[in-house]
Amino acid sequence: MKKYTYSEKKDTRSGFGAGLHEAGQKNPDVVALCADLKGSLKMDAFADEFPERFIQIGIAEANMIGIAAGMTIGGKIPFTGTFANFSTGRVYDQIRQSVAYSNKNVKICASHAGLTLGEDGATHQILEDIGLMKMLPGMVVINPCDYNQTKAATLAIAEYEGPVYLRFGRPSIPVFTDPDQKFEIGKAWMVNEGTDVTIVATGHMVWKAIEAGEQLAALGIDAEIINIHTIKPLDEEAILKSLKKTGCVVTCEEHNKFGGLGESVARLLSTELPSPQEFVAVNDSFGESGTPDQLMTKYGLDTINIVEAAQKVIKRKK
Amino acid sequence: MKHTINELEDIVSQVRRDIVRMVHGCQSGHPGGSLGCAEFLTALYFETMNHSTDFKMDGAGEDLFFLSNGHISPVFYSVLARSGYFEVSELATFRKLNSRVQGHPTTHEGLPGIRIASGSLGQGMSVAIGAALTKKLNKDHSLVFSLHGDGELQEGQNWEAIMFAPHNKVDNLISTIDYNGQQIDGPTEKILSLENLQTKFEAFGWHVITSNGNNMEDIVKALEYAKSLTGKGRPILNLMSTQMGYGVDFMVGSHKWHGTAPNDEQLASALSQNKETLGDY
Repeated sequence: MKKYTYSEKKDTRSGFGAGLHEAGQKNPDVVALCADLKGSLKMDAFADEFPERFIQIGIAEANMIGIAAGMTIGGKIPFTGTFANFSTGRVYDQIRQSVAYSNKNVKICASHAGLTLGEDGATHQILEDIGLMKMLPGMVVINPCDYNQTKAATLAIAEYEGPVYLRFGRPSIPVFTDPDQKFEIGKAWMVNEGTDVTIVATGHMVWKAIEAGEQLAALGIDAEIINIHTIKPLDEEAILKSLKKTGCVVTCEEHNKFGGLGESVARLLSTELPSPQEFVAVNDSFGESGTPDQLMTKYGLDTINIVEAAQKVIKRKK
Repeated sequence: MKHTINELEDIVSQVRRDIVRMVHGCQSGHPGGSLGCAEFLTALYFETMNHSTDFKMDGAGEDLFFLSNGHISPVFYSVLARSGYFEVSELATFRKLNSRVQGHPTTHEGLPGIRIASGSLGQGMSVAIGAALTKKLNKDHSLVFSLHGDGELQEGQNWEAIMFAPHNKVDNLISTIDYNGQQIDGPTEKILSLENLQTKFEAFGWHVITSNGNNMEDIVKALEYAKSLTGKGRPILNLMSTQMGYGVDFMVGSHKWHGTAPNDEQLASALSQNKETLGDY
């Protein structure tokens, strides 16, 4: 098992804030819109340096999505910022008609996704957003795994022409990816090569997959770990190549098991390479209040859940 | 003026023929609101706006128009075609398979003149504000126009946009409300009362003007007046009284023709009331 270490923990939303600031410095057409959550989304640096390109919408997310769509007409590249719940479920029809169907170059940037939002509870913990966004034709869906990857992804989507959903989170987690990485939309990252089982993980679950890989190695199981940061378009080639080698897969995501990364992988494998699969995901439920760690444990999204799922799926191989 | 009032009225007559023929041709669509807004769209595209029929999505240096109540697509398509954005013969494909002239306006099939999809109501004012903000950032002094149904104002997103525009001094925006008092299920005052729209918009900080949308001279003057009010720190709202179905005697003033197609006999009657001026498609 390849050794991964980290020297600090940071929140992925701060990676977004840093990426947005740098994207703003690189490209004068980048504009940022926020629905009264500038601080939570770490948009202050951008807003301070480019006040004329920062648009405070107020608590009106539907209006924010529509304004962002309109701003693309004339060449601006709008980044909208609010919590994941208000970025998707609240404004689905606005995104569907004014952004996706109209093919507008809007970047929907969503923080506090998933259970790790913590104490605010289920009203704010959306676990359905990946599904909602990936069903929209033409929508790119990205869920990076740490501060550095989120920053790199933010810079990459500024250069990509078309609608994007970028999902990140609130808690501080290990920073373990290369700060100078080149983020390639739709290209999986091989975290660790192995032969017994493929672990496909996205977002906050990638570090847990690495921890699980170490525990599995101690049990004599050689896990291949793949980071799928882009859920759509899915890097099908990387997944199929790995499954041809390992013959089974565990998918890991901080999302409902319905509609998430796991289902995308299952859809691919069912037609191309039927293989045993286990899902480490929320089992069709809402969340609740608690600390992020408590919630990840209660809802079965911990390192031990990945280890157990790997052992189980290996047994299912013929 | 680019055209005389008589010339504009001749165009309107042809637009009305296009509308009823399009809706009759596919036995589907929304003639009522389309007929009621024929003068407005004609005035906008043939007189008021500075625009190019050599369509470019970014609209730099041009006045832009956004149709929020996308179901009145027949009048929009007719005016775009008659302006020269695309061949009028394409109007015959309205709502048919493999057409660019979709039931509701969309960029998806690449029809020149359309910059955003609309149909799901209440989204157009936000989009128009966004385009207006970009014009300001780009130091582009052209204007943004939008049209909204009165019933459409029941959608909450409008009020987010109506609150935003004055606060942010979006004074390069002229929004028009098609104030015909009708919606699919009946008169707006019975379905969900709009109360006093003028005072509502004024309370939010808009500069409100009123106009008669079925009088060509009046609507042309109103739009010119609206343009003179731009750049003064406030968005402009044109509260435009119209009659749904105007120009066809058996349709006028009734919500029953909001979304119903005429039969052959009704088509003949409607066409007899609107002379062919530019040649049917």
